[in-house]
Amino acid sequence: MKVEFNGETINIDHEQTIQEFITAKGARPPFAVALNGTFVSRTELPSVTLNDGDKIELLSPIQGG
Amino acid sequence: MQSLADTPLTIYGEQFTSRMLIGSALYPSPEVMQAAIATSGAEIVTVSLRRQQTKQAGDDFWSLIKEMGLRVLPNTAGCHSVKEAVTLAQMCREVFATDWIKLELIGDEYNLQPDPIALLEATEILLKDGFKVLPYCTDDLVLCQRLDALGCEVLMPWGAPIGTGKGLLNPYNLQTIRTRLPHQTLIVDAGLGLPSHACQALELGYDAVLLNSAVAGAGCPITMAKAFEASTVAGRLSYLAKAMPQKEVASPSTPTLGMPFWHAN
Repeated sequence: MKVEFNGETINIDHEQTIQEFITAKGARPPFAVALNGTFVSRTELPSVTLNDGDKIELLSPIQGG
Repeated sequence: MQSLADTPLTIYGEQFTSRMLIGSALYPSPEVMQAAIATSGAEIVTVSLRRQQTKQAGDDFWSLIKEMGLRVLPNTAGCHSVKEAVTLAQMCREVFATDWIKLELIGDEYNLQPDPIALLEATEILLKDGFKVLPYCTDDLVLCQRLDALGCEVLMPWGAPIGTGKGLLNPYNLQTIRTRLPHQTLIVDAGLGLPSHACQALELGYDAVLLNSAVAGAGCPITMAKAFEASTVAGRLSYLAKAMPQKEVASPSTPTLGMPFWHAN
């Protein structure tokens, strides 16, 4: 199945939770995750399974005004 | 000498000495950012969230901010819908471990004007979700009254569009908001370019200013940060001291009693 990760389309060949997926992608704390535009808390990440077409956003601190 | 008692800047029950909130973006280097923020005396610094990059740049930035030990105020800059802003606020709360959020909801790309209608909707949702919302809004009295009625304890009307450096485009509107909402903590956010603009905002009775480009974009950001700090102190003292009333007719300041009369004719 295909998912979109930070705007990039990625093929995954087996069922994964968000936690498994972002760990494999090398996510570095601190970060927060949204799935299909909805916030997913860090405690929920290991229990939410990805589906075909899901959009995952992994955000980290940057400068702001 | 008599000195006038002042009250500290209060944001959702927390008190601060500095009357300047400062942004962390657009500086020529991380070192200059850190030095300018430190020189400004600001106790609150704004930050944001974006997609994590593969390189370490974001980590380095966050380490620099953390080591300064300041209160962080995350923003929802760049959001154009209620849904985006609410989601980004929730993500900020988890990453930055704060329930403060500078709520930015852009309504127009040309002048980056806040969308007042969406802002009200997002504010209501976030307040109910336990956030302490600092809404970036236009200088519209009725909008500010509505935000006040929702339960916001801080309002941040713009001085001018973000990054323009034009100063207070409509002092009358800002003054009217101050007059009609005397209990509110009011912060002029955006559009300042000169320390005199910040001074003017404080002289109007605003509690603080929030700025970024004016310092980061200056020829010497560190010196400009110092200038802004001085201007907020001057503006606040001026407000407390109560300015003399303006007059239409000249009035001599030097006593006329005892004036010799060699020019009497």
